[in-house]
Amino acid sequence: MDFVFNQDQEALASTVKRFLMTEMTPELIRELWATPSGRSDALWALFASQGLTAVSVPESHDGMGLSEVEWALLAQTYGYFAGPEPLLDTALVAVGLLNGLPADTWRDALLRDIAAGGARVAIAHSANPYVSDAHVAQVLLCEHQGALHRLTPDACAMRAVESIDPSRRLFELDWEPTAGTRLASAQDAAPLLARALDHGALGVAAQLLGLTQRVLDAAIDYSAQRKQFGKPIGSYQALKHLLADVAIRYEFARPVVYRAAYAIAHNDPQRALYVSHAKLAATSAAQLAARHAMQVHGAMGYTWELDLQIFMKHIWALSGSWGDIKFHKARLADTLIEARAPIGPARTFELAS
Amino acid sequence: MNLEYTPAQCAFRAEIRAWLAEHVPREPLLSFDTEQGFAEHRAWERTLHSGRWSMVTWPRELGGRGCDLIEWLIFEEEYWRADAPMRVNQNGIFLLGPTLMDFGTDAQKTRFLPAMAAGEHVWAQAWSEPNAGSDMAAIRASAIRQGDEYILNGQKIWSTRAVWADWLFGLFRSDPQSVRHHGLSFLMVPLSTPGITVRPIRQLNGHTGFAEIFFDDVRVPVDNRLAGEGLGWQVAMATAGFERGLMLRSPARFQRTAEALRDLYLAHRLDADSDPTLRDRVCGAWMDAQAYALSTYATASRLQKGGHIGAESSTNKVFWSELDLRMHHTALEILGARSEIVPRTTGQHAALGNWLDGFLFAQAGPIYAGTNEIQRNIVAERMLGMPRS
Repeated sequence: MDFVFNQDQEALASTVKRFLMTEMTPELIRELWATPSGRSDALWALFASQGLTAVSVPESHDGMGLSEVEWALLAQTYGYFAGPEPLLDTALVAVGLLNGLPADTWRDALLRDIAAGGARVAIAHSANPYVSDAHVAQVLLCEHQGALHRLTPDACAMRAVESIDPSRRLFELDWEPTAGTRLASAQDAAPLLARALDHGALGVAAQLLGLTQRVLDAAIDYSAQRKQFGKPIGSYQALKHLLADVAIRYEFARPVVYRAAYAIAHNDPQRALYVSHAKLAATSAAQLAARHAMQVHGAMGYTWELDLQIFMKHIWALSGSWGDIKFHKARLADTLIEARAPIGPARTFELAS
Repeated sequence: MNLEYTPAQCAFRAEIRAWLAEHVPREPLLSFDTEQGFAEHRAWERTLHSGRWSMVTWPRELGGRGCDLIEWLIFEEEYWRADAPMRVNQNGIFLLGPTLMDFGTDAQKTRFLPAMAAGEHVWAQAWSEPNAGSDMAAIRASAIRQGDEYILNGQKIWSTRAVWADWLFGLFRSDPQSVRHHGLSFLMVPLSTPGITVRPIRQLNGHTGFAEIFFDDVRVPVDNRLAGEGLGWQVAMATAGFERGLMLRSPARFQRTAEALRDLYLAHRLDADSDPTLRDRVCGAWMDAQAYALSTYATASRLQKGGHIGAESSTNKVFWSELDLRMHHTALEILGARSEIVPRTTGQHAALGNWLDGFLFAQAGPIYAGTNEIQRNIVAERMLGMPRS
């Protein structure tokens, strides 16, 4: 029993943090917002140069062969910088789907291509009403009546829908499933799609942790600089307690997300419960962080000018993706209430038996 | 990261589970805030000691098992799973014990620790005074040195367990010229010493869980001072760290309550579902109790690798005390119109059917061991680096 990250994992996350601090700036995000696609192939290539697109790709396919435990830290770091690129959907969720499919020439080539930074993959999953980043995807993996299909962009019509978060690029797809597009029957696809949902929700939960820390940092800095009544506003107890509450929610969301990552990596029979818990805990921390950070910033927090909006909007938008709050609450209740899972002390790590 | 228990940890769990199955009293004990209940709980401490289970984290030579923090968590999980009695000597076990091991002389350790482990000495806390609550550095009770003795005068209040305990520990001003946190000394005093008057305070629940203590020229040997004269504040801060940090309220306690709450909800489901938010709150109780458990495992893992406990002492305290309140509120809402009825059970906590008793006790959670307002200040100032007011 040892519930800490090892030095290699911490070192990897800290390397990625230094990289993103330089490359993934709020200025760059605003530039991307202003472009038609909102995406940058050059940035994606930079991610690949850091190995970020290769994390889950097996070593046999030129990847790093790392697990969801590493992703918990990496996605958290990525969230801290509010990266708009579909890194998690491609490098965690899509790679997870591909790893679950039988070896095939196209599959092996695509895995290598993802690792090398040559392909983004979009996923149409019933958990999400819209498809993220379909416009920049080389390949789309799409669920249709439970079966899994593979499409090329020219095989589907896309209609953009606008998110409150300009970092998000969402689409409605129109396409025809055929025998030629089908990768897996509903029966074969079910475990793959369930795993995709867990991967997606974990990726979002970890990003929300990073975003929580980011808006908290912003609020702390602002409260130290802004003076009213002759003192920094951060010296007033009312504001201290707003931010202490965020810190507390955040502290108790983190281990929940890490535990979910471990559960996926080790195929824990109750991983769905742990993942839903992680998504709910991280969402709750992040929503509180956004609300209180905005309150601390006062009217400045309500401006387009302040970078705080980049992070708050990312929190609001991501909160509903890969299973919204009501979905995860219902899934958690299915286990705790309907299935009457054994809980209580001595069940911290073993809910199954 | 490895979230599997080792074979040794599994064997340890099996051992304590088997022992508890054999020894935990079938009938719940009376509240330890009654005279008879106190005696019953002291007897239970002796039973625990006879199995060498009273102080599992203490070294073997002091009657413990030298358990590390993960084993301590396993012990606590099994203890709460078995609905074993509350620990009447919590002040000694988790507060004074570790402090004595850090600051005590060898003679003091030999004198106090084995008797504490055996339930022979049950300890009361004596921190607060009428004008020194959250502002503990405002302590005025004095200890004036006369040769090999201190002469104690003044008043302590909210002294937990003081009505029937044997000894107290607390802070006294040994330098009359001193102010604030300087010039304080940490003293250990038998409650039977002449000049001490204990006046029980009747609590919300009718019991006398704490007391006022009046000191009137009470003579205490210098040997009863822990650490140097005037260094009491540092010792007390270390004690407060243990208290809030990890050991005061183990996660197992709240996991047991969350489990009992889920089962209460299921038993009353037809009625309870007329308020659709109740199911959500029951699930929320599990989530937060689980989060506290996971966080404690993470902290324990970090401490075992040489880390230190910092402001997470304060995040813990706020989190579990407010969780405890939410859980008991939810339970009483499920019970609805029946919730005001005092149960006939003598059991002291929710899992034993006494939600009302637990509800009353939960009211105190955000107040004792440093109010949650003070804890939030600590989080903001020490963890987040916000400016002091």
